[in-house]
Amino acid sequence: MSTAPIVKDTLARPATPKLAEARRRPLLVRLRRDWPFLAMTAPAALLLLVFHYLPTIGNVMAFQDYNPFEGKNAFEAFVNSEWIGIGNFLTLFEDPAFWEAFRNTLAITLFQLVFFFPLPIFLAILLNSVISPKLRSFVQSVVYLPHFFSWVLVITFFVQMLGGAGLLAQEMRAHGLEPWNIMSNPDTFIVLVTAEAVWKDVGWGSIVFLAALSAIDPTLYEAAAVDGSGRWRRLWHVTLPGLRPVILLLLILRLGDALSVGFEQYLLQREAVGRGAAEVLDTYVYFQAILPQQWGLGAAAGLFKAVVGLILILSANKLAHAMGEQGVYSKS
Amino acid sequence: MSAFDLPDRPRRRPVWEEEPSPALLLGKGTVLTLVVLAVLFPMWSVLVTSLASRETIDAVGGMVVIPREFDISAYVTIFSGGQVTRAVAVSLFVTVVGTAVSLVLTVLAAYGLSRPGTLFHRPLLFYFLITFLIYPGLVPSYLVVTGVGLKNSLWALILPTAVSVFNLVVVRSFFMGIPKELFDSARIDGASEWGILTRIVLPLSKAVVAVVGLFYAVGYWNAYFNAVLYIDDVDLWPIQLVLQSYILAGQSPNVTGAAVSLPGITAYPPTLAVKMAVVIVTVIPALIIYPFVQRHFTKGVIVGAVKG
Repeated sequence: MSTAPIVKDTLARPATPKLAEARRRPLLVRLRRDWPFLAMTAPAALLLLVFHYLPTIGNVMAFQDYNPFEGKNAFEAFVNSEWIGIGNFLTLFEDPAFWEAFRNTLAITLFQLVFFFPLPIFLAILLNSVISPKLRSFVQSVVYLPHFFSWVLVITFFVQMLGGAGLLAQEMRAHGLEPWNIMSNPDTFIVLVTAEAVWKDVGWGSIVFLAALSAIDPTLYEAAAVDGSGRWRRLWHVTLPGLRPVILLLLILRLGDALSVGFEQYLLQREAVGRGAAEVLDTYVYFQAILPQQWGLGAAAGLFKAVVGLILILSANKLAHAMGEQGVYSKS
Repeated sequence: MSAFDLPDRPRRRPVWEEEPSPALLLGKGTVLTLVVLAVLFPMWSVLVTSLASRETIDAVGGMVVIPREFDISAYVTIFSGGQVTRAVAVSLFVTVVGTAVSLVLTVLAAYGLSRPGTLFHRPLLFYFLITFLIYPGLVPSYLVVTGVGLKNSLWALILPTAVSVFNLVVVRSFFMGIPKELFDSARIDGASEWGILTRIVLPLSKAVVAVVGLFYAVGYWNAYFNAVLYIDDVDLWPIQLVLQSYILAGQSPNVTGAAVSLPGITAYPPTLAVKMAVVIVTVIPALIIYPFVQRHFTKGVIVGAVKG
């Protein structure tokens, strides 16, 4: 095919009126010109269609009494299953275990907002103040590493260090002390999961803040210093305002995700500490719906979570706009 | 690309900055040391224990901290066939094939979406980005994956997670930063879009492709929950599931109901050294690739965070 129109179009791009004219070209001409781009996008789009959009639409089974034996496969069963309105939601909202999972999830989110969220900011400021590039990149390499470990590995490390048969308990026993097992204590579980999350992701979380720090204009610091402000005043009046947009952005993302606290982490430890402490919404769906095959109930719980999450992120974004910040999706 | 990397700060303190007090320096040094030790010490102890003999482990009563010998018998045990060997092969297959599939799909789609003004450009972009906001529930996803016949197939660990829109946006942002003149001259020379992608764009994008490849590879190697959901056949278990059954068994859910009696190598419980050797085997792939791509992280994460 001829490349001339493409070249012309590309060259004409800066002038917007010409672009608009190009847009008015007949569909077939544009298709002939642009089909390679469409063909390249198609495979990924197809996978998303099957594994993202299809299940998203499938969420309407929350209003069904889904019965897998109504057809040869899941799709036929879906078509043939009986519609029962909001019955699944009534069952769900009457289940005390659901509300327990809901409470646990919110408690963990709030706890981590206070005790996890600020830590990457501290670490970034600390790292940024290290003058030697060698020392700084060494520490960075080390603290980013656990981000790449699976939850199975992270919990394994915690079990081997702090668990009942771990290094700490072993040393305490050797010195005649009563070992104390944090890995299976439901009362301190929220501290434990937060510690694990910090160990895994505090370094990784600091990257975004490090970048924001390096984008702060150094002359601001200089001017502040000349005006007589000390180290801590500069931190308060220059550094923190410089980080404000990033902090707000990440807070919004975290809020939108308030009902997901991670999944594998809780699944892996649920048996050790018991359901009372470790059941979160995602594990609730797994244990109350997928294992006992209560499909409608699980879909209702999933849909509830998705809708609440969507409302949360949209309102948090509104809030950010109201505060004069960019938020998550302002442009493009 | 270096525009996105952190600039090396000047090695000297600027003149206007006061010298830190000894107390502040001591405080900073202590915190940094503790942070580094908190990451490295558990890995060190696990490594040393995996290389310790049974006598040493019995003498100290469990985890070893000070190395006394170099005993590789635990590694010989797990690599002489059986469950762990098989699981490593399964995980390697999933990681290599999955990463290849993911990279091809991601690079193609990122290029396909990198030219504003092409047909359906904005609706398609919207189609991809909206997945950040709406996520399908666990139950419908499970029914779709099993419904398309992927139960007990390793493709169940690959296809549902093959395209990460986050990675796609990272790659697309990079492609869009390539100077337009390069594309124009290539097109004047008669190159097709495919030729431009393979001969101009990709050679310029090695760094971003490497980082995204690492993200994908780590995701596949770490695949755990999808395996819990979709793989009942013990012979197809990936390494994470085997690690869980070795170390955390009895602590965690058991989907198949048959796995507590460690399938495969032994009738008796594996020794501590063998368990720790499995941990090391699970850690190693990340450790091998990590140094090569580490210096590009900042870029990848920031592009994703800022433009995502």
